[in-house]
Amino acid sequence: MDLTYTSEQQAFRAEVRAWMDAYVPKSPLEHYDATREGFEAHRAWEATLKSGDWGMVTWPTEYGGRGLDLIQWLIFEEEYYRAGAPGRVNQNGIFLLGPTLMEFGTPEQKARFLPPMASGDEIWAQAWSEPQAGSDLAGVRATAVRDGNDYLLSGHKIWSSRAAFADWAFGLFREPGSERHKGLSLIFFPLDAPGVTVNPIRKINGHVGFAELFLEDVRVPAFNRLGDEGQGWHICMATAGFERGLMLRSPARYQVAAAELAKLWQARGNSADPALEADVIRAFMNAEAYALSIYKTASALMTGSKIGPEASTNKIFWSELDIHLHRTALAILGAEAELLTEPGEHDWIDDYIFALAGPIYAGSNEIQRNIIAERMLGLPR
Amino acid sequence: MDFTLSEEQQMFAETARSLFADTCTPDHWRRLMEAGQSRDPARWQAIVETGFTQLLLPESAGGLGLGELDFALIAEAAGSVALPDPLVESAGIASPMLAALAPDHPALADPSATIAIQHPANPFVADADSAATIILHRDGQAFVATRDQVRLMRRDSIDPFRRLFAVEWSEATPLGTGDWNLALDRGALFAAAQGLGLAQRAVDMGVAYAKERQQFGKPIGSYQAVKHHLASAQVAIEFARPVVYAAAAQIGQRDAFSQARISHAKIVALEAADQAARTSIQVHGAMGYSWEVDVHLFLKRALALTNCWGTPAFHRARVAERLFSRPAGPDQTFAREAA
Repeated sequence: MDLTYTSEQQAFRAEVRAWMDAYVPKSPLEHYDATREGFEAHRAWEATLKSGDWGMVTWPTEYGGRGLDLIQWLIFEEEYYRAGAPGRVNQNGIFLLGPTLMEFGTPEQKARFLPPMASGDEIWAQAWSEPQAGSDLAGVRATAVRDGNDYLLSGHKIWSSRAAFADWAFGLFREPGSERHKGLSLIFFPLDAPGVTVNPIRKINGHVGFAELFLEDVRVPAFNRLGDEGQGWHICMATAGFERGLMLRSPARYQVAAAELAKLWQARGNSADPALEADVIRAFMNAEAYALSIYKTASALMTGSKIGPEASTNKIFWSELDIHLHRTALAILGAEAELLTEPGEHDWIDDYIFALAGPIYAGSNEIQRNIIAERMLGLPR
Repeated sequence: MDFTLSEEQQMFAETARSLFADTCTPDHWRRLMEAGQSRDPARWQAIVETGFTQLLLPESAGGLGLGELDFALIAEAAGSVALPDPLVESAGIASPMLAALAPDHPALADPSATIAIQHPANPFVADADSAATIILHRDGQAFVATRDQVRLMRRDSIDPFRRLFAVEWSEATPLGTGDWNLALDRGALFAAAQGLGLAQRAVDMGVAYAKERQQFGKPIGSYQAVKHHLASAQVAIEFARPVVYAAAAQIGQRDAFSQARISHAKIVALEAADQAARTSIQVHGAMGYSWEVDVHLFLKRALALTNCWGTPAFHRARVAERLFSRPAGPDQTFAREAA
């Protein structure tokens, strides 16, 4: 164990910092879920990132990355959040589908889909859930009917994040007549393909953060299937592992928020409320613990370990710390907590509303606790 | 940057785990409790033979010259059996302190001898009655005395294996100014490491019982209410362990950052131990409330360790000191004071 950065790692940090200082927009972009303009501004930011070769630094160079290791990725993320850079509008692509493609895709699929993903030219949505299949994802009913070298996709998908404005979606479809975990395939489809209807759904903050999708005989080439026919469940669980494990929520995000919270407490807090101060300290400790845990996981992965069911503990921990942190901020703000913020102000209230989604998406925390109990602790189903 | 344990460290930890698992079974606990003892001579001999009692001593003093991370792994293993013997305080805190003050002290030459320590953070001295030497504290100065030079008054702990004593003394051998802060850091760190072991064992006991105990025709561990209790306790452990290991690796920095990390580790590892023990008792139901099921030992040890080597309030204040007076943020995770 050596918890110091090498001089190369320090130089890399300095390089990221200098670039971010020069290129991060000085005023925040409109949220990518708020309007088409906000979405396109974030796509333009992805192109700017790509121009600095920062699209997805851990990917191999032939797929639009830099071939960097996971410690460098963590340093990149730390500097990214420290600089207050815009949210990654293509997170469904770069953090979830990307790693999955890297593991299960053919060379042709990687060459076709990864570079435009890294550059933001193609922005991805997820199409897993259905009205009757949420936590019980193996209950999906949408079908993929083989027709020569094509599939005809039909069904009803819902809660597809980014789908209101995105270009592509990856979804879980079943062979007609198959049941549960069998007969499922992971298939990509363009959201503007004939037969796709996109109905945006407003979130509790008013943004059109997700959509429901109706598919009616949407024709896509079999090339768009990731992995073997019927392997969809297995691939989907690997994607969920990336989602819950290392990629989706950078510790840096919470460390920035915890540092801001400490400043808020020092500027606004009532020192006669030690319980509230204890919450500020707790929020800081939680963010630190999450960061240390991710460094531990990254080091283990770099020495050949795989992410297992312990990824579910991450998802519970970051989602719960996020809510606690923001509730603490609102308690410090007191009667002003409910006010909508002006542009440029730290948006504690909107970030709190966003945090409330954490225990629901990417597999509800109830499901994560089942996974921990059954697969880490070995309790019976 | 590398957050992995070396092969040697993993081997040490495995040695400790198997030694303690073999020599500190529930039968051993019960025999000692009936005898009102906290030491098992055969087990102690086995511990001494592994070199654990001299692990932190420099090689020049006959020790292994290893570091706090190595010892933390032993302490974690000790926690997982609620080890009754005074290994952690003697070898983890008192020995290296004595070695720093009096490298030629005879108590250091005998690997089976234990050393007790009176520290300003703790009102009582643990295992003073069996110690070859007791390190004493007065106005920042360190002294040593043998048992017969001091007056020991036993104070009974709810933890049947903790032998606590109020110590009165007038004459002792002065050793100079002691590094009480380092002793406190080690004490807090190794209490945290024991907390990890206590916590994991308590969860494991709850899991084992929940698999076996049937109600309404199936194992209680198949019910989500039970699963979620145990899963939550496991989450607490998973996010305490990296903090404890980082705190151990960084203890040598001796600055506001490393001390805050030790304090963080102490707070969350003992919270995890307390949560795990209470969860385990709840999962065991009425059985868990009985003397016969050993979970209570873990509850009691967690309770004791929570409040010695600095209370949670003390350690929270050290984290606050770091948070409010030093830079915080994602680039500060491994920060250190400029030399």
